[in-house]
Amino acid sequence: MLCDVCKTETASVFLTQIVDGKMQKVNMCEACSKEKGVSDPTGFALADLLLGMGAAQPVERGGAEGTRCPQCGFTQTEFKKTGRLGCSVCYQTFAEGLEPMLKGMHKGIKHTGKCPERLQRTQERASAMRDLNEALRKAVIEEQYEEAATLRDKIKALEREV
Amino acid sequence: MPIRSIFNKGSDWLRSEGPHHQIVVSSRVRLARNLAGVPFPGWAKKVERMDTLEKIRAKVESLPEMADAYSFACQDLTALEKQVLVERHLISREHAAKGAGSAVVMNRRQTLSIMLNEEDHLRMQSIRAGLQLKAAFKAVNKVDTELEQSVDFAFDAELGYLTACPSNVGTGMRASAMLHVPGLVLSEQINQVIQAVNKIGLAVRGLYGEGTEALGNLFQISNQITLGEREEEIIERLQKVILQIIEHEKNARQNLLQQRSNTLLDQIGRSYGTLRYAYGMGSKEALNLLSMVKLGCDLGFYPEEKQHVVDELFMETQPAHLQKGSQKKLATEERDILRAGIIRGKLEGFEPPDVSGAMARVEPKAASAAEPPSSLPDPPMEGSI
Repeated sequence: MLCDVCKTETASVFLTQIVDGKMQKVNMCEACSKEKGVSDPTGFALADLLLGMGAAQPVERGGAEGTRCPQCGFTQTEFKKTGRLGCSVCYQTFAEGLEPMLKGMHKGIKHTGKCPERLQRTQERASAMRDLNEALRKAVIEEQYEEAATLRDKIKALEREV
Repeated sequence: MPIRSIFNKGSDWLRSEGPHHQIVVSSRVRLARNLAGVPFPGWAKKVERMDTLEKIRAKVESLPEMADAYSFACQDLTALEKQVLVERHLISREHAAKGAGSAVVMNRRQTLSIMLNEEDHLRMQSIRAGLQLKAAFKAVNKVDTELEQSVDFAFDAELGYLTACPSNVGTGMRASAMLHVPGLVLSEQINQVIQAVNKIGLAVRGLYGEGTEALGNLFQISNQITLGEREEEIIERLQKVILQIIEHEKNARQNLLQQRSNTLLDQIGRSYGTLRYAYGMGSKEALNLLSMVKLGCDLGFYPEEKQHVVDELFMETQPAHLQKGSQKKLATEERDILRAGIIRGKLEGFEPPDVSGAMARVEPKAASAAEPPSSLPDPPMEGSI
């Protein structure tokens, strides 16, 4: 198990504290534990350390290992340091921690502005396709073959666009 | 395209006059965009950054708006050249610190600039003279829509455009206006205004953005919120607040003229005198003095055609602009001498303020000698926000 602070040395100091009714754990190597003053239990608050690392995740949810973005390898520790994320996937990876932050920063957490045209078109096309297929199914059931043929041509045309 | 040709040509927005140009110097709107599936510039490896840059730069350069563009890789520009671009608000201070893997593309008129691999893959900005937030947004939005045809931007149906910093997520838009408000500063109302503006979710900053000093009575006001509001709503709200600040500034100027005209005229006259005859002048001092003369222009103490001379000096006396003609880097003292010389040259034939009109307007109390000259605070030399 690696040290949660430096992420390079093997952890040999294991700490557990109850903060606000939630159990929190941190694993550290010898050097880091000395640096953070762990040897003096009275002057040491695990919560501060965890908050300072940006890894204040209760054990039952994230685990003290710290989440790592599967796409780009970015960690919460980095985020705490720079305030910037690693890639667009990080927004999903760290969604849990980000949500309260976004709520505090912005007016809501749902985007209501511009949407890329192509994305919008894709969505529109998908819904048009659904409608056409449904109409085709109906036409076939009702034996409206002429209409079914027209619908089939429309569907083909739409497929060609993509 | 040699960068020198930019330097010899002023920015369009600086020379033209927009609505409310006496108080609103310029309006800017920037959009932050990132490529889907590629790490943000700050976390990407150098190879990835170079790769992104190569991919996106050609597309940006082929935009119809960029038909006659200047395009520079950051490592090809000297520190001085980058600083000139910062002073013209064409690139950010952060971007000026970038090297290989980052670039900037801007149109000839210098009203549109696109930073590549700044904090986000793309930072597109449109700038206009005066209060023209809507026009600035329209221009940059058009560019965004064009790019979108061939580039997949990182976009989430819930969170909108995804940006390196969560404070930009959503619209990725920052709209801002640069305001010249000596009236509010002199009448000590500026802090109240800043507090009120902050309360409604807008930010007030100094001349060069976050963490910079408020020099020359110039303040930038911009939106903070980028998520949960549509672009048009954000701009509409900002515009309304700016119009109110303009009204407050106008009232403050009127009150100063009517109630404390002697000290007001004294400050404008002294600023004029110092600028006209000094042989050494720091850039902060120059900005603050120029601000007072600009106020004098607005109040009609100088002929109207002189206004642009003062406006140009605001830019021309900035440290990098000052040195762009020199072959070597100048020491501070050399710069101060050069700056004073340039100002003296430009102000030649600039008559002393003609205050007769102002006096007529505010009689009979106006020239009251009983008014203590110390009733106005000194212009803020180091006021920072």
